[in-house]
Amino acid sequence: MSVMTMRDALNLALREELARDANVFLMGEEVAEYQGAYKVTRGLLQEFGPKRVIDTPITELGFAGLGVGAAMAGLRPIVEFMTFNFSILATDQIINSAAKMLYMSGGQFKIPIVFRGPSGSAYQVSSQHSQAIESWYAYFPGLKVVMPSTPADAKGLLKSAIRDDDPVIFMEQERMYGMKGEVPDDDDFTIPLGVAEVKREGTDATIVARSVMVPTALKAAEELAKEGVSCEVIDPRTIRPLDIKTIVESVKKTNRVVIAEESHPFAGVGAEISAEINERAFDYLDAPVKRVSGVDVPMPYAKNLEQLAIPDVAQVIAAVRAVSYL
Amino acid sequence: MATQVVMPKLSPTMEEGQLSRWLKKEGDKVSMGEPLAEIDTDKATMEMQALSNGVLRKILINEGESAPLGQPIAIIGEPDEDISSLLKETAGKATKPAETPAAKDAQPATKDATPADKESEPAAPEAQTALPETSVSSNESEPPAQPSRGDGRQLISPIAARMAADAGVNLKSLQGSGPGGRIVKRDIEAAMTKRPASAAAAPRLRGAGVVRPDEKATVYGPSAYRDEPLSEMRRTIARRLVTSLGPVPHFFLTSEIDMDRAADMRVAINELYPDLKISINDIVIKVAAVALIQHPQVNASFQDKTIRYYEHADIGVAVATENGLITPVVRAAELKSLLEIASEVREMAERARARKLKPEEYMGATFSISNLGMFGIDEFTAVINPPEGAILAVGAMTPRPVARNNEVVIRQTMRVTMSCDHRAIDGAVGAEFLRTFKQIMENPLYLFLS
Repeated sequence: MSVMTMRDALNLALREELARDANVFLMGEEVAEYQGAYKVTRGLLQEFGPKRVIDTPITELGFAGLGVGAAMAGLRPIVEFMTFNFSILATDQIINSAAKMLYMSGGQFKIPIVFRGPSGSAYQVSSQHSQAIESWYAYFPGLKVVMPSTPADAKGLLKSAIRDDDPVIFMEQERMYGMKGEVPDDDDFTIPLGVAEVKREGTDATIVARSVMVPTALKAAEELAKEGVSCEVIDPRTIRPLDIKTIVESVKKTNRVVIAEESHPFAGVGAEISAEINERAFDYLDAPVKRVSGVDVPMPYAKNLEQLAIPDVAQVIAAVRAVSYL
Repeated sequence: MATQVVMPKLSPTMEEGQLSRWLKKEGDKVSMGEPLAEIDTDKATMEMQALSNGVLRKILINEGESAPLGQPIAIIGEPDEDISSLLKETAGKATKPAETPAAKDAQPATKDATPADKESEPAAPEAQTALPETSVSSNESEPPAQPSRGDGRQLISPIAARMAADAGVNLKSLQGSGPGGRIVKRDIEAAMTKRPASAAAAPRLRGAGVVRPDEKATVYGPSAYRDEPLSEMRRTIARRLVTSLGPVPHFFLTSEIDMDRAADMRVAINELYPDLKISINDIVIKVAAVALIQHPQVNASFQDKTIRYYEHADIGVAVATENGLITPVVRAAELKSLLEIASEVREMAERARARKLKPEEYMGATFSISNLGMFGIDEFTAVINPPEGAILAVGAMTPRPVARNNEVVIRQTMRVTMSCDHRAIDGAVGAEFLRTFKQIMENPLYLFLS
């Protein structure tokens, strides 16, 4: 076990997979010479050379399509978006090419591509640069969507994503790159996709949280534990395919759920989880499923408004109280 | 805003309740969910909880008085608000209680008791607050004082509904503590921990291994019956007895029974069927059933204008469970073998304790048996389960010195006391039944001769 930041855990995962399989290569804006916009790809150009770590022009649609073509030709590309806000431009290639190629080619072309980068809120980067669009990508059959919340999860899941033969949307969080955590030393350490983790066991209420909301949920659980309310915090880790079974088992135990997410509520991942809980665990509910989502406005630039737009510990605590009738 | 407290429906068959005891005085602070009064229903004494917060401003019905469902019995409000308009309104809502033979104080009927324009819910001054939508970031507001029963629906969460169904908790007696009066999990948990204690005596049947006989007997529904109109004499007896003794005029007949032969028979049967282990009570059930068929006037029920005579002896067997007394019914017991009876009683007692009996399995007996023998009770008098005509209270079987042929010998004896409803069964009729019961019990071979 070593303690490292999420940034370094991701860097290590990339390094190990580039070393392991010669078909794996990395491309994106500033990933090579600049060592990565967020330094996630630091040192990789030096180690693996310009044929494996490639700087691209500012052309998301172009290099996303390039990646799909490379995948069809037998390579295993990792395409970095400087943030997933910029992937919006590339969605035609992600959705219409990457997601559908296996299906439309009758299985002839698998697309073992990973689109990765930071997603969601940052620090005053305002409306166009703070979007959390996991539910967009999770909508499409043919894509996998992964969101780690700890350095260990980040490393294990990224390696699995790279080894996966399907297109994976790997959404990191800029505000978590500096987060430290224990990571296993094993260079073959992987975490399977589609498996949730119970980050904290509890009996009175279930909180389902992902990405940057996981630390928020855990802090809320700490506070509530002081009042005698025992919360179970579940991190799905993979959004699609969703490990709904783990969530339902928890609901059967606690009878009440709060879903914490920084994305907007409408048609978000929280809405999907809520619908699934309703279908599978209705008889176990003591209260309606409650979502704590980001406010339904474009992300403000002003610091104080930005803080108000993202759910905090107090809001999660209030939601748990509400579903517990406290 | 002041609110009226009305007589609640605390059991499915309750039509009116008698205020047994106020737990709060006028001027006391009251919070929602706190017990306000004890109310005698047709089944048991149950606690009524306050539905709103405030001060108990006025008590409208005194201890010992009765009121029908929905009648206002108190007012809760702020300590200094004017409740005169509410008081006037409640005076107009008082109604005559349903007719019962009990010597209860009747609520005075008032001039404008017109059922047509009266609703069960109080009208205008009542603050029926709607459920406020709680948003995450705002402060949690107090749940509304009255559950919103605008459309008469009782709100309950799915898990609470399931728990209530499994545990047999009566939802109508519950006030929910969730928003809008929603009944939630903790309300059911609270209700389950404070069930009223069982009133009458009951046998705790030993749960031996359940063995169903291979040949499954015919499953009977409730017994068929015929109703005979009351004769003038019966009507007179009923009318006069009612004014002297209470709702059901009881009289009691005791008999001491020589149980040697029955005890030997039981031992012999249990050697043949060691897994089943029939009890004395199983034999009592069978013998009572056979005797009932021979004395159909005892297998009867006083029905106000008629007397109902049943074709079969459906025997209610009193079982004590931790939640109270319940009487699973052995249908057509006269037609069933001892083994069938024993196994059926075992199985139903287990399910009774697990709260898994269906209503049709514990309602509609024609005669009941209550056995306190295993508690060492020599004899006792049991209370009849209305509308049955009688009940047999069975004491312990113990060796006693008795006189036989002018000598004192020791015999296993058992004392039974039969309570009869004098409106349907006269002394001699009951006595004849009991004599037959004793004869068969002392000579069980009679069971195989007729």
